[in-house]
Amino acid sequence: MLPDILKDHPAASALDAALPGVIVNGHAERHEPTLWVDPAGIVDVCRFLKEQQQFVRLSGITGVDWLPADPRFEVVYFLHSLTRNLRLRLKCWIHESQPEIDSVTGVWRTANWYEREVFDLFGIRFRNHPDLTRILMPSDWEGHPLRKDYPVHGHKYTYQNE
Amino acid sequence: MRELTIHTDSISATDATHEGPPVTAPAGSRHMILNMGPQHPSTHGVLRVVLELDGETILKAVPDIGFLHTGIEKECEAKTWQQVVTLTDRVDYLSNLSNNLVYALAVEKLIGDIEIPAKAQWMRVMLAELQRLNSHLVWLGTHALDIGAMTVFFYCFREREDILRIFEMFSGQRMMTSYIRIGGLALEPPRGWQQVVGKFINAFPSKVDEYENLLNSNPIWKIRTQGVGYVPLEDLLDLGVTGPMIRAAGQKWDVRKDEPYSSYDQFDFEIPVYKENDVFSRYRVRLEEMRQSARIIKQAVEGMPEGAWQADAPKIVLPEREKMKTQMEALIYHFKIVTEGFRVPAGEAYQTIESPRGEIGYYVVSNGTSKPHRVFMRTPSFGNLQALPALLEGRLLADSIASLGSMDFVLGDVDR
Repeated sequence: MLPDILKDHPAASALDAALPGVIVNGHAERHEPTLWVDPAGIVDVCRFLKEQQQFVRLSGITGVDWLPADPRFEVVYFLHSLTRNLRLRLKCWIHESQPEIDSVTGVWRTANWYEREVFDLFGIRFRNHPDLTRILMPSDWEGHPLRKDYPVHGHKYTYQNE
Repeated sequence: MRELTIHTDSISATDATHEGPPVTAPAGSRHMILNMGPQHPSTHGVLRVVLELDGETILKAVPDIGFLHTGIEKECEAKTWQQVVTLTDRVDYLSNLSNNLVYALAVEKLIGDIEIPAKAQWMRVMLAELQRLNSHLVWLGTHALDIGAMTVFFYCFREREDILRIFEMFSGQRMMTSYIRIGGLALEPPRGWQQVVGKFINAFPSKVDEYENLLNSNPIWKIRTQGVGYVPLEDLLDLGVTGPMIRAAGQKWDVRKDEPYSSYDQFDFEIPVYKENDVFSRYRVRLEEMRQSARIIKQAVEGMPEGAWQADAPKIVLPEREKMKTQMEALIYHFKIVTEGFRVPAGEAYQTIESPRGEIGYYVVSNGTSKPHRVFMRTPSFGNLQALPALLEGRLLADSIASLGSMDFVLGDVDR
C-alpha cells in the first residue's frame, strides 16, 4: 500500500488510483521517492507511468543482492520525466528459487541492454526479452559475478596462504 | 608468499572464444558481413560492430561490447567508501573528475549530516568544467581526425596538454586524479592556481574560434557531417540517449540546470540547443558548451570563496598532519579512518550529474558498514551506445564513422 509520506507525490498517488494494490510499500528518504511494486504488475506499472505520467525516460535498471535475505534480489528501475522534472524509483523483490520477472523492453527500448546486464551479472531472467544473452561477460562464462556468493577474484582461481 | 593455482581441468578450448553475433551471411544471400573492430582506430577503444551490408548500405548493425569489462562495480564492494574514489577515475578515463564528483555527492547524500564548504563546492564545479573542456577537446580532435581533418587534432591536444598540467598541479596526476573526495577535496589547492587557470581560461575562447574557423570553412567537413546521422528525438529518448546528442535534437535538458548540484545554481551560463539533429549540430552543441564552460570557469576563478576546502567532519575527513602529531583525538580518528574506514548509515541514494557525455548516475546502497553494499554506475556511454543501430541501419557505410564518432562514447565507460 502507498505510505503516507508519498500520498502527496503526484505520480505515486495517480498510480495507486489507477492500479490499486500494485504498490507494496514505499519511502521518500533523502527526498528520493521509491516504490516497491508487485513484480507481476511491473509491465502495467511502467506502461501507465510512461504513457499517462510522462515518464518518457528510463535511466537504468539494476539489481541488488541481499543474501541471505528472502526474497534475495531486488530489481531497481530509475524513471525520469523530462517535462515534469521528476524522478521515481521502482523496486521489485525477486525470490532466489524463481529469479524471473517480466521484461519492460516493450515499454522502453533502452531496457534491452540494462536487462541483459542484470541477467549477466545477477542471473535474474527477464521473460519476453527479445535477446536475453550475456552482454559484459563472455558468453561461456560460468556464474553471475555481482552475486554476493561469487568471490571477487572469480571461481577459477584460488589464492592460498592469504 | 601466496601461490596462484589455476584449475586447468575447467579451462576448455571454448574459453578463448568470445561468441557474439554471426560472422557469416546466410548461404545464398548476396549480403556481406563486415566485422568492424574490436581493434579499429575509429571505434576509440574496443568496440566490435558486426555490420550486414548490401553493397554500400548497412542493413543491420549489432554492437558487441564487454571487451573492456573490468568488474569495477564488483570491486567497489570490496573497498572502503573512500577507496572507491580511485576506482571511479578508471570508469570513464576522459572525465575522471566528473566520476569522482558524482560518487562523492552520492555518498555525501547518503551520510546526510555533512556540509561541504563553499570553496570546495566551487572548486569542484571549476574542475568538472575543466574536465568537460578536456573531454570535448579529445572528442573534437579525434572525431575530426576520423573524418579527415587532421590539423584540428594538434590544436586540440595543445590545449588539452595545458588542462592536464593544471590537473597535475592540483592533484599530482594528469588523468587518474582522485582529487574530489568524500567530504571535500584531496589536497589543498596549490599556491598560484588562480594565475595558471586564469591565464588559460582568458586565452581559451579565442582557441575555440580557431577550431571553428578551421572546420566551418572546410567543405569536406561540412559535407560529411551535415544531414548525417539523423534519428528522431523520440527514438533517442526511448533508447536512453542523454547529453549533447539530445540537445542537438532540440531537447533542452541539462542536469546542471534542471537538478543543480554542488553550486551550479550560482553560476551564469546557457544551455546550447540545436534542432538539426545531425552530426554537424552535435559538433556545434559541443563547441558552444566549451564556450559556456569557459564562462563558468572564469566566474569560478574570479569569485572563488575563501575558507575551508574540506568539511568539518573529523570522522570522515583525514586530520591535518600537524594536528595528528599534536592531538590525541586527531590521531585516533586518523587511525580509525585509515585502518577500517568510516561507516555510512544504511540506506540508498541516487545522484546524477551532467558529464561531458550525458547523465551519469551513481546508485549507492549502504548496509551500515564501512564498505558499500552496492555501487551501480549508470554511465552515459552505455545508454548512448544502445542507439548505435538506429544511427547506422539503412545508411551508407561511409557515413558510419561520422555517426559513430558523433556519439562520443568511451569504452571504459560502457563496459566498466
